[in-house]
Amino acid sequence: MNKRRPYVRSMDGWWRKNPFFVEYMIHEGTALFVAAYAGVLLTGLVRLSQGEAAWNSWLTALQNPWYIGFHLAALAAITYHTYTWFKIMPRTMPPVVVGGQKLAGWVITSTGLAVAAASCLGLLALVWGMAR
Amino acid sequence: MKAPLQRSNAPIFWALFGAGGMLSALLGPMLVFITGLAVPLGLLLPPDTMSYANMLAFAQHLIGKGFIFAIIALFLWHAAHRIFHSLHDIGIHAGMGAKLLCYGLAMLGTLITAYALLAVGF
Repeated sequence: MNKRRPYVRSMDGWWRKNPFFVEYMIHEGTALFVAAYAGVLLTGLVRLSQGEAAWNSWLTALQNPWYIGFHLAALAAITYHTYTWFKIMPRTMPPVVVGGQKLAGWVITSTGLAVAAASCLGLLALVWGMAR
Repeated sequence: MKAPLQRSNAPIFWALFGAGGMLSALLGPMLVFITGLAVPLGLLLPPDTMSYANMLAFAQHLIGKGFIFAIIALFLWHAAHRIFHSLHDIGIHAGMGAKLLCYGLAMLGTLITAYALLAVGF
């Protein structure tokens, strides 16, 4: 007797047919860059624990054009993650009621983006101040 | 006697995903710029920003340790959760094996981070 071969509809390229899902797949894909960047930092930390020579060889490796290219791509991807994270935030957080009115989505999104911009500038200022 | 309701472990993974997502949204772009572009290319920041002495002192300080641990571990848990749930979207019917692989790698990275932070001393 033949084995059962039920029909399974192919999922090939389902998301490419709808711009909404294309955007969805891109913002989910930013996780690959977050993971890879965490891996780069983890490697650096392990090299740091192995002593000065190991640390310096890791620092030199970061100047490799492949690493620079990766970090340019990661910068774009993670910046896009920041944008989508706050863009969908009105739907991922519980409703906020202010004065009997539900807080509008754009208020949550723009507040989040403003806080992110301030955090980034604050981090840069902190690092600059500590390194000077 | 009625068995007590099974508690789901989903909120734990979701909380780690959310915390990592928030941290990477707030600081991720600037961190990538500093460690991946500004320092290697010698832009903007002093040349010894990430010198061995500076980074060792940072990793030996309690606040520095906490920052490094939170960044690496939460980024990993955020990404693991998102990648695990996206497997379904690309047609992989993810089961327990995929879950163990995704969250297991995040756990492994977390343990290595903790170990290295202890190894650099105090």
